Amino acid sequence: MSEQSAAGADGSGRPSGRLLEVDDLRVEFRTRDGVAKVINGVTYHVDAGETLAVLGESGSGKSVTAQTIMGILDTPPGFVTGGEVRFHGKDMLKQSAEQRRRIRGEGIAMIFQDSLSALNPVFTVGFQIAEQFRIRRGLSRSDAKKRAIEMLDQVKIPNAKGRFSNYPHQFSGGMRQRAMIAMSIALDPEVLIADEPTTALDVTVQAQIMDLLGELQRERQMGMILITHDLGVVADVADRIAVMYAGRIVEEANVYDLYRKPAHPYTLGLLNSIPRMDEKGQELRTIKGLPPNLMNIPPGCAFNPRCPMAQPVCRETVPPLLQLGHGRASACHFAEELVNRD
Amino acid sequence: MTENIIEVRDLVKHYPVTQGVVFKKTIGHVKAVDGVSFDLKAGETLGVVGESGCGKSTLARVLMNLEKPTAGQVLYKGQDISKLSGGALRRLRRQIQLVMQDPYTSLNPRMTVGDLIGEPFEIHPEVAPRASRRNKVKELLDLVGLNPEHINRYPHQFSGGQRQRIGIARALALRPEVIVCDEPVSALDVSIQAQVMNLLEKLQAELGLSYVFIAHDLSVVRHLSDRVAVMYLGKMVEVGTEDEIYERPTHPYTQALLSAVPVPDPTVRESKAIIRLQGDVPSPVSPPSGCRFRTRCWKAQDVCAQEVPLLEIRPGSDHPSACHFAEKREIVVTHEVA
Ligand SMILES: Nc1ncnc2c1ncn2[C@@H]1O[C@H](COP(=O)(O)OP(=O)(O)OP(=O)(O)O)[C@@H](O)[C@H]1O
Ligand SMILES: Nc1ncnc2c1ncn2[C@@H]1O[C@H](COP(=O)(O)OP(=O)(O)OP(=O)(O)O)[C@@H](O)[C@H]1O
Ligand code: SF4
Ligand code: SF4
Ligand SMILES: [Mg+2]
Ligand SMILES: [Mg+2]
Repeated sequence: MSEQSAAGADGSGRPSGRLLEVDDLRVEFRTRDGVAKVINGVTYHVDAGETLAVLGESGSGKSVTAQTIMGILDTPPGFVTGGEVRFHGKDMLKQSAEQRRRIRGEGIAMIFQDSLSALNPVFTVGFQIAEQFRIRRGLSRSDAKKRAIEMLDQVKIPNAKGRFSNYPHQFSGGMRQRAMIAMSIALDPEVLIADEPTTALDVTVQAQIMDLLGELQRERQMGMILITHDLGVVADVADRIAVMYAGRIVEEANVYDLYRKPAHPYTLGLLNSIPRMDEKGQELRTIKGLPPNLMNIPPGCAFNPRCPMAQPVCRETVPPLLQLGHGRASACHFAEELVNRD
Repeated sequence: MTENIIEVRDLVKHYPVTQGVVFKKTIGHVKAVDGVSFDLKAGETLGVVGESGCGKSTLARVLMNLEKPTAGQVLYKGQDISKLSGGALRRLRRQIQLVMQDPYTSLNPRMTVGDLIGEPFEIHPEVAPRASRRNKVKELLDLVGLNPEHINRYPHQFSGGQRQRIGIARALALRPEVIVCDEPVSALDVSIQAQVMNLLEKLQAELGLSYVFIAHDLSVVRHLSDRVAVMYLGKMVEVGTEDEIYERPTHPYTQALLSAVPVPDPTVRESKAIIRLQGDVPSPVSPPSGCRFRTRCWKAQDVCAQEVPLLEIRPGSDHPSACHFAEKREIVVTHEVA
């Protein structure tokens, strides 16, 4: 069975009417040291008004997938070697640079992890937002400014009018992140990709930002892809979760199922490694070993050297991402056993 | 009675803010740490939490005697560390070690792991005679769970979690009594973070170490700490046993902080009562008068702008809190997964 079979969940092969679909995507980086197979068949989708959380360890390919969706993959050294990224059913990987540029901002927008480097330090925050309205919407200078101030106000930057002419470095970390959000939702995108939007912030400010994103999403019925490795944030806001390991989706489930009963040993290991307020004094359970070297991914299941459940078959056969029902899928040979045991 | 190994008294560290290139003029001060007092007992872990920029790393640097305090004292076994010199200072430097946040930049990339971990012996040759050093380094590698055969490798050949272990081995080389850990697991993935936390606990049990454990992740701090101090804008606002802080916090900032901790359990989403703070943290150059938290506090009264609340035990509570109106409040922090 191919991995694609998991994508068209009904197996009928007709267009699914989905907003954004990544289908069996493959990306590699060709560097002096060799070829790193970074994305090895990633399949996920997001619909209007829903939040898909993409979870996974550092280096598992979360950001590279997002960059490919946005059409900003660093090429070379990065190359797409297979798969499709469909927006409203059309494969964007086959579209012209001009077509893709038009989708960016209005169709799909992205919030970057590092707001300081994503904002241009030599222009004021207000100008950077207003420019979008001038260039993309043809607004006059004064109308664009008015809209930009509205946007800053909407993301709850106090005294938005006065802040319009501040430079990025004059904003605090939390305010910069809000300015980034203002910039990315300015053109009312249908899909928002938020790559670790709160990692650099502390919990009280993080709570403000996640609230804000939730509100904007409800108002505008945006589809949201939230990339993070914070299992706490995910439990708070996600509808569905896709777990990545070594460039593949190893598990997909709705948020309640995933936390209650993970269907992949890697997910189980992640959940067990979180320090819990109520388990003080006990040794934390860990996932032994390290993530694989992407230039030399182990044969069979990429997780097998670290997996407590591994069997000989795991070293030989790549487990396909198979549906388990209720929108759940797992890429483990023993997924059924894992879900059915208590 | 366990003895205090470190006593911090009214510690202040200000950094001048200057203007002008040729004639630098001081136009103000960053009040990074502004009157902090606490004790560290032998064998205990004191957790320090607080928002970014509240002065945690500054506190660590002053504790390590890497920077002189603007005012106040750090006493190590009763001796003021900023007054030590010569042999006494060298002995102190052996006893307090630092593990830093960033496992990627805190190790010299041109030194092998053996040289990195053995470097402290060059400065303190009395700890290990030259001939025995290689073996000592191998023992240390083994102690922190790294392969002693990898003694000749360079830092870039290790992952983040492994590099953090190298940093820990290095800190342990001189058999210190105290290790100051400044965000030792913040840059690591959950699965690797858990490995390093287990290691720190194991080493404490085996070697009787005391830790000052700085972090912004409240679950991590709770897991490791006996007592916890909460900082806000250069001040300690509440301090107590981990139980007192996590189960019975009385300072509004601590309450807000705990209420906002994301809980890894989707079933408590709806029932969680997050205290939503307004606005951003004020600038440490001109902190608010009176209580520094008042610009974001939902309980603030006139007195909060006029009088600095002291860090003291008030009637009806069992541990020190720097709030005029300190009181308990129910907070839903459930980390239980069915
Ligand atoms: N420009 C590049 N050149 C070479 N390799 C790259 C490049 N960008 C990413 N990679 C590699 O691709 C892999 C996946 O990276 P990616 O940034 O997607 O990880 P991630 O899952 O987002 O991790 P993190 O949680 O650390 O952000 C990594 O091994 C990374 O080293
Ligand atoms: N050498 C310095 N000169 C001037 N200001 C400084 C210096 N070091 C720190 N500061 C300022 O002192 C304040 C406290 O900084 P510190 O690094 O101690 O915070 P922190 O609590 O460790 O934050 P984080 O959680 O982000 O590491 C900040 O406002 C910082 O900008
Ligand atoms: S396929 Fe085998 S090695 Fe992979 S996760 Fe499942 S049990 Fe573990
Ligand atoms: S002293 Fe006043 S402003 Fe400060 S925390 Fe207490 S109630 Fe709030
Ligand atoms: Mg990333
Ligand atoms: Mg710091």
